[in-house]
Amino acid sequence: MDLNFGSEYKEFTNEVKKFCKKYSGVNFSDSAKVPLSASFKSSGVQMKRSDWQKILIEQGYFARSIPKEYGGYGGEADIIKSRIIASEFAMAKIPPPMGGQGIDMLVPTLLELGTEEQKQKYIKPTLHGEIIWCQGYSEPNAGSDLASLQTKGELINDNWVINGQKIWTSTAQYSQMMFCLVRTEPDASKHAGISYILIPMDTPGIEIRPLVDMTLNAGFNEVFFTDVTVPQENIVGKRGEGWAVANATLSHERGSLSDPNAMMNRLNSLIEIMKNETINGQKAIDNPVYKDKLMKIQGKVIAFQSNSLRVLSAKLNKNQDTKIAGMIQKLNGTELRHELEGFAIDVMGELGTLYENSPHIRDGGSWQVAYMYFLGLIIGGGTSQIQKNIISERGLGMPREPKVQKGE
Amino acid sequence: MYFGLSEDQIFFQDNVKKFLEDNAPLDVIRNISKGENPNQKNEIHSGIINLGINNILVPEEHGGLGLDLLFAAAISQSIGEAVAPLPYCGSYVMAPIAIQIGASKLQKENIFNEMSSGNTKFGIAFSEYFGSRDSSSINFSNEKINGKTIFAIDCDYATDILVSDASGKIGIVSIEDKNIEIVDLITVDKTRTYKEIKFSNANVEILANTKNSTDGIEKALDAGRIITAADTLGASQAMLDKAVSYSKERKQFNRVIGSFQAVKHMCAEMAADLEPCYSLVWHAAHSFDNNDDDSKLMACHAKSHISEVAKMVSKKATEVHGGMGFTDLLGLHFWFKRIGLNRQLLGAPEIVRNEAAKAQGL
Repeated sequence: MDLNFGSEYKEFTNEVKKFCKKYSGVNFSDSAKVPLSASFKSSGVQMKRSDWQKILIEQGYFARSIPKEYGGYGGEADIIKSRIIASEFAMAKIPPPMGGQGIDMLVPTLLELGTEEQKQKYIKPTLHGEIIWCQGYSEPNAGSDLASLQTKGELINDNWVINGQKIWTSTAQYSQMMFCLVRTEPDASKHAGISYILIPMDTPGIEIRPLVDMTLNAGFNEVFFTDVTVPQENIVGKRGEGWAVANATLSHERGSLSDPNAMMNRLNSLIEIMKNETINGQKAIDNPVYKDKLMKIQGKVIAFQSNSLRVLSAKLNKNQDTKIAGMIQKLNGTELRHELEGFAIDVMGELGTLYENSPHIRDGGSWQVAYMYFLGLIIGGGTSQIQKNIISERGLGMPREPKVQKGE
Repeated sequence: MYFGLSEDQIFFQDNVKKFLEDNAPLDVIRNISKGENPNQKNEIHSGIINLGINNILVPEEHGGLGLDLLFAAAISQSIGEAVAPLPYCGSYVMAPIAIQIGASKLQKENIFNEMSSGNTKFGIAFSEYFGSRDSSSINFSNEKINGKTIFAIDCDYATDILVSDASGKIGIVSIEDKNIEIVDLITVDKTRTYKEIKFSNANVEILANTKNSTDGIEKALDAGRIITAADTLGASQAMLDKAVSYSKERKQFNRVIGSFQAVKHMCAEMAADLEPCYSLVWHAAHSFDNNDDDSKLMACHAKSHISEVAKMVSKKATEVHGGMGFTDLLGLHFWFKRIGLNRQLLGAPEIVRNEAAKAQGL
């Protein structure tokens, strides 16, 4: 066991700390509405989102391993440096680099499977935040069983003509582009009939309808396609390879849904609330029942954090076996966060139900929003039940459910 | 950066595991639990001593191996996995740590030399410090000890007992002393033994540094909790493994029951909650070894969190076995009961969580 990252990283940490000091309070003139974005101090310099992205890339704090020719920093990937950046930025309340489905999912996909032309055209503006992407995967009848999707793509005169409907499309209303799974080979088997196609969102025939979720945010959209026509070369990978292309990045999404740093920060905020909230004059933290429940949650959070250190270690040290440790992160991370947020509401009691701009509201209602938002994350990106199938089948080697449908 | 057990630790752990698989299979455990064939129990104990587990935490200059708590925790996993009928946590982990921190230089030299040569073995009676029950209490005065202690552990091969009073002072009492009475307690866990000890003016030698400091008992307790958590972890993993392999064999409705989602999800839930416990125990042991600021907090959370997870695992793993899980025939209950006893040992979860809160000023 060795939890030291070495002197190189100590120096790097100091460098990042200096950077954070320099940009303390930085904020954006064109900040897009993102659910749950942390509230940053707004006393510092104001700039455009894309300028911030460029500064971070120049510094090597973002897009570190992406080649220079595609707009990245062009260095070696370094997980430890990424972690240091994330935790120092969080501590200093500096806005982290943009994430989102374009940066987290499409860019790695293009780097691995895109054509040279696609890489040149899309990666740099995506990293700069100039192209926002949305993901067109789920359909009303293709949720957990994603591969049964039916949105149709036909090749007519060297163009893909697309008809159908997608759902749960977050950020569709701000996006310039969509990466989309489309059934292009109706005669092939379920998984072999899908292609991965890039669609400009201003193409005629696209209709976006906001889908209001339980937090009352329109966090998602439905997207309808009527004879949407895009050039043949907008396909990533070959015809019928879309399922494999998509799977190359789904695993990436699952890891990013459960950040242990964010969990620990949230736990610390919960402890602060318990020191401040009083019930009949007694602080919540002095109530033994609440205190015990807090300690139970803290135990789980620490176990989760230790587990993520082990997963990190396995990325740095080849041959380390952490198969199940990596598989459980989406399940445990989202369920635990939901529990933590829910407990904060219990601590606040009736006041925990206040919403929007109500009198007496705490933290702008963020605990209620997050409590519901994380229920969304428990369901999205592979439900908890799907995660349990994965853990039992791939982790424990238990048999798959016998197939009921034909043609698989 | 490397988070996990080292090759040496895994090697030692595997040796213990292999030894116990060969020498302490379920039928042997069953015999020992009935009090039959005490020789088998003695042989397992001497075999494990030959592997060196009594000397893991004894310093090298006194003939020990001078290893750390992470090492000891790795071994404890194997012991728990095999529900081994052995003294370990008290005799070979808590005792050397209590001596290391609590004893004077002179005391240390004598005691460690006797320990490493195998002449001295300790039972541990610290309950009066962290949670006295049935008005038991210990009183030291003028090199004499009076009172009683309940739930002393690891007394089977002990030559002496380390006893604590409510203030955390630790005294050494010889098991040969005519002024003590040892009463067997009968618990659900028949793989290990627990005692009540009554003292009527018996001779006692106080560990010098514990007269004015609770460091000795606190560190011994932290270590004991981490080791107990590791024992529980091993036992829980054994139960999960048994449940998974049973579910792949047992057929109902013309299918192995492991192909039903209801059963798969129970197993996935066990695995999802149990897997982070490895990291938690190792991390806690590492913090202990480094004397980190949060080492007390980590030890408390390791003990209480794993107790909770293991309670769930012991229930669900039994359920996966259906009616057979409930029988004595299958013997799954040895693991169930070991987990159940460990949960209460050295502080039930609520007590330990309260200490976790105190450790961070809450």
